[in-house]
Amino acid sequence: MNGNNILTVYVKELRDSLRDRRTLMSVIIIPAIVMPLLFFGVTKVMTTVMSRAQEEIPSVAILGGSDSPGIVSALKQSAKLRIVSAPVDWKQAISDKKLRAAVEIPDGFEAGLKVGSAPEVRIYNYSGELKSDFAARTVERFLTDLREQTVSDRLAERGLAKTMARPFEFQRQNVAPPEKVGGNLFGGIVPYVIIILCFSGAMYPAMDLTAGEKERGTMETLLCSPVARVDIVLGKFLMVLTGSLGAICITLFSMGLTATVGGSFLMGGGRFAVKAGAAAATAKARGVAMPTIDPLGLIGVLAMVIPVAVLFAAIAFTVALFAKSYKEAQSYLAPMMIVVILPAVIGILPGIELDTKLALVPLLNLSLVCKEMLSGVWHWNYIALIFASSCVYAAAALSLAVKMFNREDVIFRA
Amino acid sequence: MIEAHNLTKTFKDKKRGQIHAVDGVSFRAEPGRIYGLLGANGAGKTTTLRMLATLLQPTTGTATVAGFDVATQAQQVRAHVGFLAASTALYGRLTAREMITYFGKLNGLGNAEIKARLARLATELDMHEFLDRRCDKFSTGMKQKTSIARTLIHDPAVMIFDEPTLGLDVMTARSIVRFVRECRNQGKTVIYSTHVMSEVEKLCDTIGVIHGGKLCAEGTLAELRAKHGEQDLEEVFVKIIGAEDQK
Repeated sequence: MNGNNILTVYVKELRDSLRDRRTLMSVIIIPAIVMPLLFFGVTKVMTTVMSRAQEEIPSVAILGGSDSPGIVSALKQSAKLRIVSAPVDWKQAISDKKLRAAVEIPDGFEAGLKVGSAPEVRIYNYSGELKSDFAARTVERFLTDLREQTVSDRLAERGLAKTMARPFEFQRQNVAPPEKVGGNLFGGIVPYVIIILCFSGAMYPAMDLTAGEKERGTMETLLCSPVARVDIVLGKFLMVLTGSLGAICITLFSMGLTATVGGSFLMGGGRFAVKAGAAAATAKARGVAMPTIDPLGLIGVLAMVIPVAVLFAAIAFTVALFAKSYKEAQSYLAPMMIVVILPAVIGILPGIELDTKLALVPLLNLSLVCKEMLSGVWHWNYIALIFASSCVYAAAALSLAVKMFNREDVIFRA
Repeated sequence: MIEAHNLTKTFKDKKRGQIHAVDGVSFRAEPGRIYGLLGANGAGKTTTLRMLATLLQPTTGTATVAGFDVATQAQQVRAHVGFLAASTALYGRLTAREMITYFGKLNGLGNAEIKARLARLATELDMHEFLDRRCDKFSTGMKQKTSIARTLIHDPAVMIFDEPTLGLDVMTARSIVRFVRECRNQGKTVIYSTHVMSEVEKLCDTIGVIHGGKLCAEGTLAELRAKHGEQDLEEVFVKIIGAEDQK
């Protein structure tokens, strides 16, 4: 091994790659735009959809209720509902989204109230459809209010205190710090995106430096030089690693920038925030908008990703080395992308928590630990275990890459 | 100096089993002379030369190039060999200067030395005009000149040419032939593989005919002509191959 030679190879590959449009796309441009796009795009779409759904006054039909004029007129007077006459085929109308929901008032509802027979009001909606669910919830809230009103009227009639029927109050309060809430929801997506970009950042340089060189006939030229094979592999490998880490650094930087700029943009009471005030609040509670991200967490993610980047770089390098042409390499590496995404997706699933076994599963461990670190939780023993196991996997993959490069049937595969 | 003793290379093929690409080839190429390796496509020329350039390991047999063993001293062998083949391309995204400088560095030369040698080669090969342009925009002639400068940057004692004129036009091929002759005149050991008879007649001091992985005839042009009673080298070649196939 000769450091000078490795450096010579690396510098040349770096210069060469910086002139390659495909590599620049995958290492710099895509990572730079994916995060802001994901961040603003998803947030914007979600808040727009939510606020539209909430701003809309849902059309609701009343079924029956001809002998209960009180509740019917109260429904009609509600500013939050638009009561329409019930079409004959009202179920179909709900399915067709012409009608958001229907409320069925049983015969003799008000008469029943008086005698205390507890009649049942039914709400029909199309479950799972956002606007229909909103309509049903609005009707529910209306009925709840009406019921409470009925109770307090009855209590008043009998001269009893309100606390008779409502002996105590309760309230839910969040103790998790805001970055924990953000980390859990947004933090699940971040490692996922990082793993993908980390792989695609390694993929293009790896293909270009191995199969690409074979295809263009420069591999043989290079192998004629008196440099040891291991120096060539390491020089090339460092370039692939640079691609992978470059993609991640740019992603994290762009993410930090987006979080800062985007945060002040949303929180700062701009036009967007005022207009979608209520919606943004709901959206925030659901975690789609502006989670705060712990910058220390980002640094931790970067540190944990390094051995994984080495692993990816070595694997992409070895696989691409086996291929005869750029296209063949692509057809090997593209399916690998799916293999890589799988553990990352599992990491997003709620309820999966780190334990000693999962800490040894490559990629899944990264995904899980990143989620924790971004939400401000630092389990040092797991972090150490994950870092160490990732290093072992990376070293194994790298030694395989060197071994493959020394095999003439791989280099000169016809 | 190149000495090959009983060089053999076998490949495993799933369908055809063991293939003897090169089968017991022995020869000797002297400094200041051009050894021509003549053979049809698939005769084993490229495999032989790749073994000499240490790109492939011989299955059995040995060879020394410039005094170094190809199996055990591969790096020293490569340091003393200039290898030019139709399959050794240039980095398209590098300029000719970057390309040559890179190989100078890989050969362990210092910056000042590379600069000086590059300037001299550029003048000799008339490359100054396109030295700082990217190789992927080059004409075939420019590419060949750059490749030649690349093989010569470390002033190797042994030059290996594997069908260097393959696919080149007449003028470019002629300049290559002129350049090969110059290498001989400088006292380098030259080995030149081709299937073009006219190049062999023009260039080679010793000719080895390779067929089916075996070296089946060897001698100077005059010797081969006399032995097989033909003036035309193509006829000589066909006779040798025919005799070999009958065995």
